[in-house]
Amino acid sequence: MQFMLLFSRQGKLRLQKWYVPLSDKEKKKITRELVQTVLARKPKMCSFLEWRDLKVVYKRYASLYFCCAIEEQDNELITLEIIHRYVELLDKYFGSVCELDIIFNFEKAYFILDEFLLGGEAQETSKKTVLKAIEQADLLQEVRPHVVTLHFNSALFLIRLLRLN
Amino acid sequence: MPAVSKGDGMRGLAVFISDIRNCKSKEAEIKRINKELANIRSKFKGDKALDGYSKKKYVCKLLFIFLLGHDIDFGHMEAVNLLSSNKYTEKQIGYLFISVLVNSNSELIRLINNAIKNDLSSRNPTFMCLALHCIANVGSREMAEAFASEIPRILVAGDTMDSVKQSAALCLLRLYKTSPDLVLMGEWTSRVVHLLNDQHMGVVTAAISLITCLSQKNPDEFKTCVSLAVSRLSRIVSSASTDLQDYTYYFVPAPWLSCKLLRLLQCYPPPEDGAVKGRLVECLETILNKAQEPPKSKKVQHSNAKNAILFEAISLIIHYDSEPNLLVRACNQLGQFLQHRETNLRYLALESMCTLASSEFSHEAVKTHIETVINALKTERDVSVRQRAADLLYAMCDRSNAKQIVAEMLSYLETADYSIREEMVLKVAILAEKYAVDYSWYVDTILNLIRIAGDYVSEEVWYRVIQIVINRDDVQGYAAKTVFEALQAPACHENMVKVGGYILGEFGNLIAGDPRSSPLVQFNLLHSKFHLCSVPTRALLLSAYIKFINLFPETKATIQEVLRCDSQIRNSDVELQQRAVEYLKLSSIASTDVLATVLEEMPPFPERESSILAKLKKKKGPGAVSVPELDDKREGGELNGGGDRGPDTAAMSASNAVSRYVLVASSCLFMYIGFVCKNNGVLFENQLLQIGIKSEYRQNLGRMYLFYGNKTSVQFASFTTTVSCPGELQSHILSLNVQTKPVEPLVEGGAQIQQVLNIECLTDFSEAPLLNIKFRYGGALQNLSLKLPVTINKFFQPTEMTSHDFFQRWKQLSQPQQEAQKIFKANHGMDTEVLKAKLLGLGTALLDDVDPNPENYVCAGVIQTKGQQVGCLLRLEPNGQAQMYRLTLRCSKDSVSMRLCELLAQQF
Repeated sequence: MQFMLLFSRQGKLRLQKWYVPLSDKEKKKITRELVQTVLARKPKMCSFLEWRDLKVVYKRYASLYFCCAIEEQDNELITLEIIHRYVELLDKYFGSVCELDIIFNFEKAYFILDEFLLGGEAQETSKKTVLKAIEQADLLQEVRPHVVTLHFNSALFLIRLLRLN
Repeated sequence: MPAVSKGDGMRGLAVFISDIRNCKSKEAEIKRINKELANIRSKFKGDKALDGYSKKKYVCKLLFIFLLGHDIDFGHMEAVNLLSSNKYTEKQIGYLFISVLVNSNSELIRLINNAIKNDLSSRNPTFMCLALHCIANVGSREMAEAFASEIPRILVAGDTMDSVKQSAALCLLRLYKTSPDLVLMGEWTSRVVHLLNDQHMGVVTAAISLITCLSQKNPDEFKTCVSLAVSRLSRIVSSASTDLQDYTYYFVPAPWLSCKLLRLLQCYPPPEDGAVKGRLVECLETILNKAQEPPKSKKVQHSNAKNAILFEAISLIIHYDSEPNLLVRACNQLGQFLQHRETNLRYLALESMCTLASSEFSHEAVKTHIETVINALKTERDVSVRQRAADLLYAMCDRSNAKQIVAEMLSYLETADYSIREEMVLKVAILAEKYAVDYSWYVDTILNLIRIAGDYVSEEVWYRVIQIVINRDDVQGYAAKTVFEALQAPACHENMVKVGGYILGEFGNLIAGDPRSSPLVQFNLLHSKFHLCSVPTRALLLSAYIKFINLFPETKATIQEVLRCDSQIRNSDVELQQRAVEYLKLSSIASTDVLATVLEEMPPFPERESSILAKLKKKKGPGAVSVPELDDKREGGELNGGGDRGPDTAAMSASNAVSRYVLVASSCLFMYIGFVCKNNGVLFENQLLQIGIKSEYRQNLGRMYLFYGNKTSVQFASFTTTVSCPGELQSHILSLNVQTKPVEPLVEGGAQIQQVLNIECLTDFSEAPLLNIKFRYGGALQNLSLKLPVTINKFFQPTEMTSHDFFQRWKQLSQPQQEAQKIFKANHGMDTEVLKAKLLGLGTALLDDVDPNPENYVCAGVIQTKGQQVGCLLRLEPNGQAQMYRLTLRCSKDSVSMRLCELLAQQF
């Protein structure tokens, strides 16, 4: 995998992870182009598209788009499930994760991602093992993620990413 | 709802994020951010030493600001300080900041590397993992230099924790990807392979990515992984869905690992060991069988995971391309997916079938799905799926279905999305050329293409139709008639006018007998379009007019009238004016004979690779046009052959011409490469003919003697040779000027004839000139295309210089694009004398006592072209232990660095 981007329906970038060396300028350009392309697509369309010489795999969870760029020989379907497993990990860790959790605890979202994927490859696919590693770290720190306070203008960000069924 | 927390992480950070989110406008947000930046700056600069917590909080705020898209130019030092904190959370935030915001400040890198070194040797697994994550995230060359030898040790050490091993494996992978020369193979490599047997599934999952990447580059060293991978895969595939506990994903056992194992196997040919192969075939069959079983869950995650493995298995089956039974089963399975209600599966099935179509075992099976694919092209709502359908139609096209497929693609073009029109046009043009049995169909198709999608018909396409019409005399009359009719349309595309002008100018006489298309009618028709056209088209039309004067003397007065009018002869465009003046003069002073000679019909174009195919390759990369190669193995029909060919030999396909060219070219590619560092030798030899070369170069000029030897006892008749420089038709810009005289048309048995080429290098170039040879040997026409070994280094003048001068110039050429570098494995022995001889043969001066390392070679020279001189410096660093070279070139012209680097990397 070359990079992963999380962005909202409004096109706001929530998390970016790059597994190839690129300048900040290039990263911004890629992000802008890709966010536009993906947001322009209709709901029932296919989750894969060719983009430059890469394959893009994306999926929307409630208000957030998860978008990965993979190489020619990589497997699209397994990448979709990488995204899903990451959402599950976030959901389990935060307890019904919503977009706001990721905004306020962005550093946690990065830590969880690093335990799961490293250098663009799956490092540990077991949910239990990943969460155990993160929880051990939390024990060292003795704090849990910050509570999201409810004085925001929109309830949209509070929709659980992972539907219960 | 979010979880209730036990404590408060960083309250200040949360407040800041809330503030930002409550900003009503972009200006307000920037104001808030600037306020915060000022605050943090003063805190960092303040006299009071900050405690770890505050430092962490501020660094985290900076990170948040950066992730919002703002530039951050301070705080790196504070982040680095956090790395050496012994509080885990502080260290963690420090590493995160470094990972996201690396700065190539060398002082900092040293400090960061120090901190990482401490953590790696701490024997605290969580600290070690943090450090490894940081290396994997940054992956810079400096880090590779510092840790590339340490990490393999951690990876294979007996007492390393599983989680650390996992991180180490992927960390090493990242370093190998960025700096392969720094990760040296060694004793650890065999132990890494055995991680495939590890009890911990997570370790296997991480290690296999590393092994896959390493074995792509060093297949021999890692070959033992094949049998290990097969047995691991077999265990997973045959396990019950609950056996693997947490590694089972929605009732699918270890989908990620399975995919990676199948991917690893694709780096190798089918296993030679019968037992291993049998076991693998069994696995693949089981995977195909499972696809037919009822799903264990209705969740999409279940079917995705299951199908991910299935598609990877199919890729492996296609890669082996040796099991007809599996290939056909794979094709049937994909056929089912073509009609699946999930768009994703339809997309992938179309994509995967494209590669199946190129296997001779499954080509026919793929073809049975033609109606479904055509339907997909018409009805799919998502353009990316339609694109896949068009690709598949292209891939499954052969002689039997070409007419249907081309017709469908043409009708799709009328409504096709703009984004894919150009590519579709190229594909239609290629298929029409490749499978044309009758040329009238070909001409009709291309003219239709211009009519429907004229804007997307690139120059290559209309050049090509003209080349083919000129080379085939049996289609010329039809082509003239058809363009004449097409031009009748009130609004026709400019490309149509170009083709029409060219073809009527050459072959208008073939239809002039019909009073409805008499010379004057033809001329008036063309001229009625003139005023609507751009300058290049007008120029082309003027040439057509002068050709008309030659073909039809009765039009002379009318045309001279047109040329003489002010809008031509005083045209503000120099090219048009010049043509009008010259053509007018030519038509008035030259005799009929002179006119007939000057304006003679164009000679046939030399055979070469279809320029359209080349364009599609460039657009899509070589993989995308792999299909034509398949068909070469079968029969075919020659479309771009010479016009003097009998009808029997003409029954071969254009692709055949392409493939024959490629075949010949590759068989003597070796010889061609050999000529980079030498000037004399044998360029080509088969049972009939031997071609020898002697050449000499001075400044930007060269002279090449070609010796054609007839090895048989029979005479070669109609012996002709032509030399063409690639790109001349397209760009009109010549980089090489090659002059030669025709050779004697008869070569007696056992005789040798000589030809001299005078070569002038006008500017730097990368493509070699092509030599085309045609002759008759006992009645059969022989046709041969070869690359002439004229490479840019032939125009080198050696330059001697001192070490000081060399490095001064080296530094002056420091822009990134001026440098080209390649690291490659030695193809020949690394003998010093041989290397020296080659470097001297290159034409540069080999400089002694310049490089501080006596093992290295440095050379200097100036390439002389007519327009400019290009200074070039070369450095070749052999690594005897690894049998590798690093080659670096710095030249005052970017394209020269690139080209020389490519050329030379094949030499050592």
